[in-house]
Amino acid sequence: MTSRATAPVRRATAGAGDRFEPADARAADEPGDTELVGGALAAVRADFPVLSRTVRDGRRLVYLDSAATSQKPMVVLDAEQEFYTRSNAAVHRGAHALAEEATEAFEDAREAVARFVGVGADEIVWTKNATEAVNVVAYAMSNASVGRGGQAARRFAVGPGDEIVVTEAEHHANLVPWQELCARTGATLRWLGVDDAGRLDLDPLHAVVGERTRLVALTHASNVTGAVSPVAEVVARAHAVGALVLLDACQSAPHLPLDLRALDVDLAVFSGHKMLGPTGIGALYGRRVLLEAMPPALTGGSMVEVVTMETATYAAPPQRFEAGTQPVAQAVGLHAAVDYLSQLGMGAVAAHERALAARLLDGVAGIAGVRVLGPTDGRDRLATLSFVVDGVHPHDVGQVLDDAGIAIRVGHHCAQPLHRRLGAHSSARASAGLYTTPEEIDAFVDALAGVRAFFGLEGRR
Amino acid sequence: MSHGLEQLYQQVILDHARERHGFGLREGAAAESFQVNPTCGDEVRLRVHLTDESRPRIRAVSWEGQGCSISQASLSVLADLVEAVDVKTADDLAEAFRALMHNRGQALDADREELLGDATAFVGVAKFPARVKCAMLGWMALRDALVRALTTIDDGIKEN
Ligand SMILES: Cc1ncc(COP(=O)(O)O)c(C=O)c1O
Repeated sequence: MTSRATAPVRRATAGAGDRFEPADARAADEPGDTELVGGALAAVRADFPVLSRTVRDGRRLVYLDSAATSQKPMVVLDAEQEFYTRSNAAVHRGAHALAEEATEAFEDAREAVARFVGVGADEIVWTKNATEAVNVVAYAMSNASVGRGGQAARRFAVGPGDEIVVTEAEHHANLVPWQELCARTGATLRWLGVDDAGRLDLDPLHAVVGERTRLVALTHASNVTGAVSPVAEVVARAHAVGALVLLDACQSAPHLPLDLRALDVDLAVFSGHKMLGPTGIGALYGRRVLLEAMPPALTGGSMVEVVTMETATYAAPPQRFEAGTQPVAQAVGLHAAVDYLSQLGMGAVAAHERALAARLLDGVAGIAGVRVLGPTDGRDRLATLSFVVDGVHPHDVGQVLDDAGIAIRVGHHCAQPLHRRLGAHSSARASAGLYTTPEEIDAFVDALAGVRAFFGLEGRR
Repeated sequence: MSHGLEQLYQQVILDHARERHGFGLREGAAAESFQVNPTCGDEVRLRVHLTDESRPRIRAVSWEGQGCSISQASLSVLADLVEAVDVKTADDLAEAFRALMHNRGQALDADREELLGDATAFVGVAKFPARVKCAMLGWMALRDALVRALTTIDDGIKEN
């Protein structure tokens, strides 16, 4: 059953050379993983009802917008429906049978998701998405900075002279909350830049991450360039100077084997909807000792122990960070999603997507007037490809592709600074998922090749 | 190519997107407006240039910006349409264009069709809800700039 990734099918394109070999096999298949090709891939696709629909007058849908949100397999939809049909109740309160079942389902989900990312169940806090998870940390730090959480929370406190470090490749979700934290506390925001290919530039790492750094927040993989960050180097430096590391795992969780403990990050965030799960659920990971020391951000019901008219004491984590009624059905759906991913094997998913990335890069390299934003080698990158077409605005590119049934994203993908750095106002982005086929990549490449001609510019290959 | 796409990208629109009438900011404006389309980050800076009359008319608009062919063509057509018209007519134009954008791809009545001229080519945009904002960007800027220009003039009258 086990097999290596198939080499990407290479077309005879001038200049493509050997750049697109799926060079590193680190994330290659683990024993038991089935290769996602042919019949196996067709079977996987059959699990995703939406993939068989047509759009725009009967065109077959080619969904290449998985970086924005993934499609959902039937098991996820079924799990949510089953929960509402049979066990719906508020969790952690009420002494009736349904409440018990619901609580169990909710906590089972936490365990499954924790296992999926290699951490303990009591280290996973539910949020509504990654954005909220980042904000929970940023506001906890704010609160710690004005003395909330007492002595234990001192390590989260920041003020004038302290520094928060981000990167130029961040999604706004992992940038703006830190700008705001700095504005509230007087701390300084600094950042690591990227090179012309969109790869994190580590040359200034020691200059930027230093004694004043309290937290480094970086993305595991860019939602624009698809580049995977050199997390180990950043973590090593951050920890050497006593800073915490928060990893934005939104784009890695659906595409790469993810072991947060092995990565040795202190905090991490991800969103359920990008990893086959429902919308309305995300997670914050925090090392147990950190969560124990961290003051709450949102407060209210369910996160307290003793409440008087004047004050309240707070529950232990993770409940301390889960104020109000929780997204229970969504947690159950996300449980089904990570089970589904684990069954396929993230090694097989990564191998499949590496081949897709190579095919994407190869195909696009053969089209005149297309500039890729991000690395053009297949090393350490996802099958997420942003690009600009000379003389054609991304929105118009997207429109012409949409007419062929091909769904891509256009705009700045919530990463304006990165676009500015790479010399583009906005871009078009094709992003694959585990259900994407090589034929779909070819259909995309083919449609893209016709775009300039459509607008009366020098055209096809 | 589908009919919808053909209707969206009519030749008039592609031509205007290339030619961009009114492009290049000019001095001596009565007011300026800066508008952004937050979904794609497209932006326009548009200036209105008025005559010196006591009831000023629009002499011209000048603009600069980044955007897709729909937004650029819309600005170009706008620049043609509002040249040498009074403020009331510009308002009527903006209103008619807005109505066209919400008419689900159907033509408006004959009077407004005549008023809109080349801008009727944008009829197909209404079938693509995501593109309506692109087509409206310039018209939002025009309305905003006119309001600013006229309040400045009113303030000036009050002060004198
Ligand atoms: C890298 C990255 N970080 C953060 C986010 C924010 O995720 P959400 O909108 O689900 O909170 C996204 C999703 O767009 C992303 O791609």
